[in-house]
Amino acid sequence: MTRIATCLAERGRRKLLVPFLTFGYPTVSHSVDLIRSAADVGADMIEIGVPFSDPLADGPAIQYSSHIALQNKVSLRQIIDAVADLRKQISLPIILMGYFNPILTFGLDRLARVGAVAGVDGLIIPDLPIEEGRGLKSALEAEGLSAVFLVAPTSPRERVASVDAQATDFVYAVTVAGVTGARGKVTRDTRDYLQGLRRQLTKPFVAGFGISSPETAAMMARDADGVVIGSRLIELIRDARTSAAGRRNVSRLLASLRTALDRVAG
Amino acid sequence: MATHSKALPDKRGRFGTYGGRYVPETIVSALDELTEAFAAIGRDRAFKAELAAHLKSFVGRPTPLYFAERLSQRVGGPEIWFKREDLNHTGAHKINNTVGQILLAQRMGKKRIIAETGAGQHGLATATVCARFGLDCVIYMGAEDIERQRPNVEKIRLLGAEVRPVRSGSQTLKDATSEAMRDWVTNVRSTFYIIGSAVGPHPYPLIVREFQRVIGRETLHETRRDWPALPAAIVACVGGGSNAIGIFYDFLKETEVELIGVEAGGHGVSSGAHAATLAKGKPGVLHGSLSYLVYDRDGQVMLPHSISAGLDYPGVGPEHSYLKDSGRVEYSHVTDREAYRSLELTCRFEGIIPALETAHAIAWVQKNRTRYQAADRIIVCLSGRGDKDMPIILTQRDGTKTS
Repeated sequence: MTRIATCLAERGRRKLLVPFLTFGYPTVSHSVDLIRSAADVGADMIEIGVPFSDPLADGPAIQYSSHIALQNKVSLRQIIDAVADLRKQISLPIILMGYFNPILTFGLDRLARVGAVAGVDGLIIPDLPIEEGRGLKSALEAEGLSAVFLVAPTSPRERVASVDAQATDFVYAVTVAGVTGARGKVTRDTRDYLQGLRRQLTKPFVAGFGISSPETAAMMARDADGVVIGSRLIELIRDARTSAAGRRNVSRLLASLRTALDRVAG
Repeated sequence: MATHSKALPDKRGRFGTYGGRYVPETIVSALDELTEAFAAIGRDRAFKAELAAHLKSFVGRPTPLYFAERLSQRVGGPEIWFKREDLNHTGAHKINNTVGQILLAQRMGKKRIIAETGAGQHGLATATVCARFGLDCVIYMGAEDIERQRPNVEKIRLLGAEVRPVRSGSQTLKDATSEAMRDWVTNVRSTFYIIGSAVGPHPYPLIVREFQRVIGRETLHETRRDWPALPAAIVACVGGGSNAIGIFYDFLKETEVELIGVEAGGHGVSSGAHAATLAKGKPGVLHGSLSYLVYDRDGQVMLPHSISAGLDYPGVGPEHSYLKDSGRVEYSHVTDREAYRSLELTCRFEGIIPALETAHAIAWVQKNRTRYQAADRIIVCLSGRGDKDMPIILTQRDGTKTS
């Protein structure tokens, strides 16, 4: 079984905590430390953001972290090497999330091949909807990697069904029509949408976009199998006085999310 | 040479391998809805009549085909003719598309309009139709472009639209487009995004081409009716490529007519500071479609450069990528300096101030005059007027270096 399949099979009632961290932000070495400490405080999977010059689906926080990461000269090749290194210490699933052009440039088949060797477990491409994602699915699955596709509140039922069918292991549910970014509250519409997904999807799903606190995470996790938190972590790092303080704040928030999610699981 | 099939784009929005829909899931259903609505107006005679009426009385079409006699003499090559899109209301071809798209937006019941703009001509044309039809309008414009196209910014505001400065990345058209797409992702249910060039996810390259085709349709009609033969060549500048695809499209099947697209060579295509996407790019994905794109070896999109804000874009419409590969259209480039000199020449010899974008097409004819006989007729798509370029023209004239 793959690391993702094992993680999902063994989760029981546990709600998945999936931190998103842009690789190379605030620096390459600090981002590696951040990934390690996220694993230590109860993350179930890690999403590593591959920076892109034109992140269309991202709000200001992740735009900023991508910009800094590119200034730090981060490349996809380097990220894969870093994953190989991280594999000596952490065993939880690692998923890369990045826009299509850097991946296309690197080569999908090549990425699947070298990614599998390095210990990458899956890929999320926010600008590759299912119609354009067939090549992604076959390339990844050939190497035992997971293709993660997204659904959104604007996806009609038929599309939700197609995404469910195309996804290798699980689905990523975008919780709001909008770009990434921490939001204060979870609306009734969001809950209705997540409950609809719960009824329709046959595969597990994690909820992302707009999760900023233990409260929002717990609200989402009542209906979803887990939550992704990204922008808020970037903000904590950005706003901290030192990188050590940033990492402490990130760990503290993740630990409180872990507690909140475990409470939902009862 | 491959012949151009009428069926393009195909159902998946592909021109050969180019085009498609590389967008966040959130807007896929909106693109489906738009595709359906656009197909419906294609069968709707009332829509066509309404569009034709607005093009006539509000835009001022048809635009004339004009013999630039003194410029031709001065250049000393073929006869140079201008298709006068600069005489359209708001001063460029952009309004052909915005009138079409706003009528479509109305049919779809959308109340809020957003658009990106580089030179400001598309922003102006969008703000204009929003005022005319009473819809809310937000224009995204790079902070650098706001500085260099100040007159258009003031006009857009005067027309009641909000201009939102974009300060990310290059602070030009590329980032304005990204920001407009982010707005659309967020407000997709209420908002209609009027894309200004033949770029973006399917069906936009199709929609923009169809609304700009009027340029080529009129040109073909006028030349067939009044000229002894079709033109030897048609020349148009290419940023995203909407005026070019508009004037080229009905001539694709007229294979004796050369079609030339002229990109922005900036400081020279080997300098790294240019926007000559088809000359120096490779297939890649930006703003929703697969097309030629200028990016580095890690797939990061490079910052383009052009003296002309409207051409200062690292991508190009997917149909142009297809037409380049098929060989039906020849794509070339001229530098900032060459374009600026042609602008001055056209002012002095024709009493027409062309846009800096347009000046690239004129400069190409100047450079390639020996390719043609004196009796040959070349049509340049005079895509817009240069009033908006006065700030940058003044810095050029005073001998200051461009950025």
